[in-house]
Amino acid sequence: MTATARPAPGRSMAPRPSLRSKTSRGSILADRVATVALWATGMFVLVLLGSIIVHFAVAAWGVVSPSFLLSDPSGETLGGIMPVLWNSIYMLVLTMLIAVPVGILGGIYMSEYAPDNALTGAIRFAEESISSVPSIVVGLFGLILFVDNAHWGFTALAGALALTFFNLPLMTRLAEQALRAVPQDERSASLALGATKWQTIRHVVVPLAIPGLITGVILTAGRVFGEAAVLLFTSGLGTPPHYNFTNFDLTSPVSPWSPFRPATTLSVYIYKLNSEGLGAFKNQIVDGSAAVLISMVLLFNLGARFVGRLLTRRMTAS
Amino acid sequence: MAQLTNALEATGLRAKPGLMERIDLPRRVVFLAAASMIAIVALLLAFIFWQGIQLFVKDGQPIGAIFDSTWNPLADTPEFGILPFILGTLVVTAGALLISTPLSVGVALFLSEVAPNWAKSVVQPALEIFVGIPSVVWGWLGITVLVPWLSDTFPNKIAISMPLVGQVFSMPGFLTGFSWLAGSLVLSIMVLPTITSVSYDAFRAVPQELRTGSLALGTTRWQTIRHLLIPSALSGVLTAVVLGMTRAAGEALAVQMVIGNSPTLPAAITQPVTTLTSQITLDMGNTVFGEPWQDALWTMSLVLLIISVSSVVLVRLINKRRIGQ
Repeated sequence: MTATARPAPGRSMAPRPSLRSKTSRGSILADRVATVALWATGMFVLVLLGSIIVHFAVAAWGVVSPSFLLSDPSGETLGGIMPVLWNSIYMLVLTMLIAVPVGILGGIYMSEYAPDNALTGAIRFAEESISSVPSIVVGLFGLILFVDNAHWGFTALAGALALTFFNLPLMTRLAEQALRAVPQDERSASLALGATKWQTIRHVVVPLAIPGLITGVILTAGRVFGEAAVLLFTSGLGTPPHYNFTNFDLTSPVSPWSPFRPATTLSVYIYKLNSEGLGAFKNQIVDGSAAVLISMVLLFNLGARFVGRLLTRRMTAS
Repeated sequence: MAQLTNALEATGLRAKPGLMERIDLPRRVVFLAAASMIAIVALLLAFIFWQGIQLFVKDGQPIGAIFDSTWNPLADTPEFGILPFILGTLVVTAGALLISTPLSVGVALFLSEVAPNWAKSVVQPALEIFVGIPSVVWGWLGITVLVPWLSDTFPNKIAISMPLVGQVFSMPGFLTGFSWLAGSLVLSIMVLPTITSVSYDAFRAVPQELRTGSLALGTTRWQTIRHLLIPSALSGVLTAVVLGMTRAAGEALAVQMVIGNSPTLPAAITQPVTTLTSQITLDMGNTVFGEPWQDALWTMSLVLLIISVSSVVLVRLINKRRIGQ
């Protein structure tokens, strides 16, 4: 939903009252009612979002604190969410390490190379299909492929790969859009200077598309961060152990740095706490965790806007 | 572009392509990256299909038995009728679309026809934030706000009586609040951004000249919307609703948290129901790989997959018709 530079909507073009004498009173009344109703739907969205933010701000008041973010979960006291928050960030980085390069390269193909043939059509169909497959089914695919058939068990890597499958179409499409937005003249000028097609892509098209690419990366990251259904049966939903951050053994099943260990993320943790329904502080912990998730979503969204705008200004000014 | 390159080579202004350029490694690499999505879809379809038919192939259940309405995996002769889940998914999704479509199309019309720039520049980002709110957060909001509200507000039998005719409608009140309606309401908000943004694009695609022409004939804005915009953008709005339906039918965690998960046929909007996604989510962790119970869950995910792939085909058909016109 990008803002389009078009003439102002119909309102400004409405005929002057004197010319409108033929329009019946009934239809003018209907127009007024419809205008009010349409405004009401738009304002409903704002009021709903506002109430959600206020609700969580109130619910998380007194729960979210530095110690909540930085300590281990505890049975008797409020405890904290450090390990699951760490896992969320870890899974995000691991997923983006795979999804961003593949997505951008795929976007380059779709924008710069893809001929109008059946194979390109098949890629587009695949892209749309994965986008429409329910996240839980993608999670089950990860379960059967990595956890069962490859005998990895519940691992961060299995979760990250399943998340990559799920988000690759989004990343590819956003990258393609960003690259397509680069004016054709830039390509022609570069080719006319004798650059090869790949040199043109690498040194002209991709740099010009960077603002759009970064926005795409941040939007994808926002979706990866909150996803839970894909991860339930791939990276697991156990209670994370106390992490020893000085253990850098990347093959260890307990090191927080290792991709070969179960990794319950913040979203999965909310689901787990809710379905187990235990613990005196359950509601506070879930409210606090949900508030942290929503804050991250807000950050990702504002970040995407801010960075995109900043880079566009920088790059167009230079 | 190719002609230009050839011309430059012919005049010697541009060097003949070297070996690396003729192999065109970059092209191959970026092609592989894009084509990986075909591989993912093919593998996913193959694995889910194979797992999904095990209930019939290995466990010897007749295919017709899944359309039975009894789900009792723990009985001595276990029964795997998944009709309650299929119907549950259908009715919860239908409820969500009934609530969400008018609202979302309203927001789309507001953004494309009515909203001044300041309103657009706050409502659009708000919708993007809605997309980003994780489904567990929606589910948690459902549990802590919506479900208690429903059970507190409508605890008793809901009946509508008319003079002379007597009672025309009645249904039980919300016992706990966990219900079909709670599921549909939560989903209706979750699919709102999807339906809104796709319908918005459809309304924006209607040429400005048509609006100007209509208004110049002396119609009001609402008449223009009703008689011009909605008919012209109808296929786009339909696409939006199908995409919303796909998202609603596939949503797992938020629905599971609020619908009560009772494996019976849907009876009333105030009663607990269950869906394909929520039963899979609940049971997958409690079952052992290869046992009939888990095979039935795989069959349910195959049904979900069929729903989602057919919706992609449906969207393509809707859009092909539009291009054909």
